[in-house]
Amino acid sequence: MKAIATSAAALVPEPAEIVEKRSFGRELHAYRLSFLDPAVRPRFDFMPGQFNMVYVPGVGEVAISISSDPEEEDLEHTIRIVGRTTRVIDGLGVGDVLGLRGPYGSYWPLHEARWKDVLVVTGGLGCAPVTGAIEYMFRRRANYGRISILHGVKKPSDLAHREHFEAWRRQPDTFVGLTADQPDRAWRYRVGVVTELFEEVEIDPARTIVFMCGPQIMAVLAVHILQERGVPAERIFISLERNMKCAVGLCGHCQLGPEFVCKDGPILPYARIARFFGVRGL
Amino acid sequence: MPDASEPCWLERTRLQRLLDVLLERGFEVHGPVLRDGATLFAPVQRVAELAAGWRDEQTPGGYSLEPCGEARTFGVVSGPGALKPFVFAPHEPLLQVRMDGPGSSFEAEPVLPEGHKVAVLGARACDLAALAVQDRIFLRGRFPDPHYAVRRRALFTIGVSCTRSVSTCFCTSQGTGPEVTGGYDLALTELAEGFVVRFGSPEGEDLVGALGLPIASEEALRRERSDLDACAEGIERALDSGDLRDLLYANLGHPRWEEVGERCLGCGNCTMVCPTCFCHDQRDEPALDGAASLRVREWDSCFNPEHSQIHGINFRARVRDRYRQWLVHKLAGWVDQFDTSGCVGCGRCITWCPVGIDLTEEVDAIRRTEGAS
Repeated sequence: MKAIATSAAALVPEPAEIVEKRSFGRELHAYRLSFLDPAVRPRFDFMPGQFNMVYVPGVGEVAISISSDPEEEDLEHTIRIVGRTTRVIDGLGVGDVLGLRGPYGSYWPLHEARWKDVLVVTGGLGCAPVTGAIEYMFRRRANYGRISILHGVKKPSDLAHREHFEAWRRQPDTFVGLTADQPDRAWRYRVGVVTELFEEVEIDPARTIVFMCGPQIMAVLAVHILQERGVPAERIFISLERNMKCAVGLCGHCQLGPEFVCKDGPILPYARIARFFGVRGL
Repeated sequence: MPDASEPCWLERTRLQRLLDVLLERGFEVHGPVLRDGATLFAPVQRVAELAAGWRDEQTPGGYSLEPCGEARTFGVVSGPGALKPFVFAPHEPLLQVRMDGPGSSFEAEPVLPEGHKVAVLGARACDLAALAVQDRIFLRGRFPDPHYAVRRRALFTIGVSCTRSVSTCFCTSQGTGPEVTGGYDLALTELAEGFVVRFGSPEGEDLVGALGLPIASEEALRRERSDLDACAEGIERALDSGDLRDLLYANLGHPRWEEVGERCLGCGNCTMVCPTCFCHDQRDEPALDGAASLRVREWDSCFNPEHSQIHGINFRARVRDRYRQWLVHKLAGWVDQFDTSGCVGCGRCITWCPVGIDLTEEVDAIRRTEGAS
């Protein structure tokens, strides 16, 4: 066989030190990471929506989206403590080292969204993959039309990056709607599920592009409402979540129909996955 | 030296010479040997080690060997193992990691296989077709797999065309057999007194030259043609592949999935014996002293419950979901992903299914009642 260009090195995690850790409740932390070898940082240039494989030596790897702005030197990952590997990450703090390989996957269509109204619909921790995209648009505010951000959480303690939402709310021509379906006394936003926030926004289907991320049940309902309101399936972009081991479309775990969510996604237009999205057990 | 258009002849008594030359050239030669009531590719040095004089009977959920009453070296059509393990190892180290513990700095070095030369004698046409499918998966994508590439470069294939079939074979409808027509270094067809030999690569040509083989007689080629045609005509099972992709995508809600999900044990045997299934897990194997860890990959199966699990959500919680994933991926998703069906018609998934589920029958059932839901 003729020589095949492959690179094992491209799949090797790079050590990065935790330089900041912010906690949102007990099970949700944002880690800012700085590479021990700064020379590798250009290889990690990313667009909002892409993810890295975060590695704990001797324990395992998890796919986590990048929540920081692409122009910042450090990378930020917002991580929920849900499994074996993230439980170990939970115990790490400033000065500790994690491994990163990436970035992988598709990104939000921030170029295509220019001059359009952008509707961001997120649920739960779904805001993490889209936080960087929102910051990206506000840094280039003149390039985008009306920006509406609808975010729903189950409990107030699930609301990560509250300071971001407050800052975005003060931006011109911007709507921010927050809701919780299990509020506590201190909750001063809306009560209910995120799809109820659609009542509060005007949607011009001819000039709206949608960025969506969150639990499947939320996304299925939101897509239904958006289509009823005339938004074409080609302009509803969804960030999908699946089991990922390799991140390069080889291990087979992340498939949804013919899509490898790790390399074809995680962000795909609804039009492309309509046949498969929301089908139980697929 | 003969060219590719001139098949050569290898006397049965000189098959050992072929093995000897391969061994002299540094190959580890694997051939079909008897193992646990089936055949398996294993290292051999002598022709006498091969499963000669036996033939296999295969039925849905059944496999048995019996003496075939003649001196055929390759009378057994297939065992559970194809070429897959030679290129996509069941268990393979990816990284050697040195560290002091979680949170400490670490060094990770890629571990690549040594790529020692392996020659496999007795690959069937379907096995070679499956190898070509695996090449597409592991080498033609955006992220070619270095481990596969090393093993693939070191592999020398000696295909043997089938002159008999078993009841679970359906290569003819997949266009992959029974005749070895491509993807080989050497191709043999076994006749009573010996083998018709063709080469399909410069390495194969060199080997034919080293053996000093004569040109095959017209009589031998006529009998070869007749045996191959008879074998092809004897294959009755078929998979109707026309519009299969669209048929399956349009029938994700078909009640047949529930029905087959009741029969399926979810054991994953079909995925282990499938020559194209490529799902694998990746995990760390830490050393007891905590100072090192080996990151490995290992064959996985879409029938394992953990395959589709993330933090408390299982996307395919029911066995029917997993069977549908396997079949729709194999026959439809594969076409979108790799521009080929994932099925080469070897029939192993039918034979080695403990309850004899036959994918051709499942597809037929959906086709007969399309649109039902």
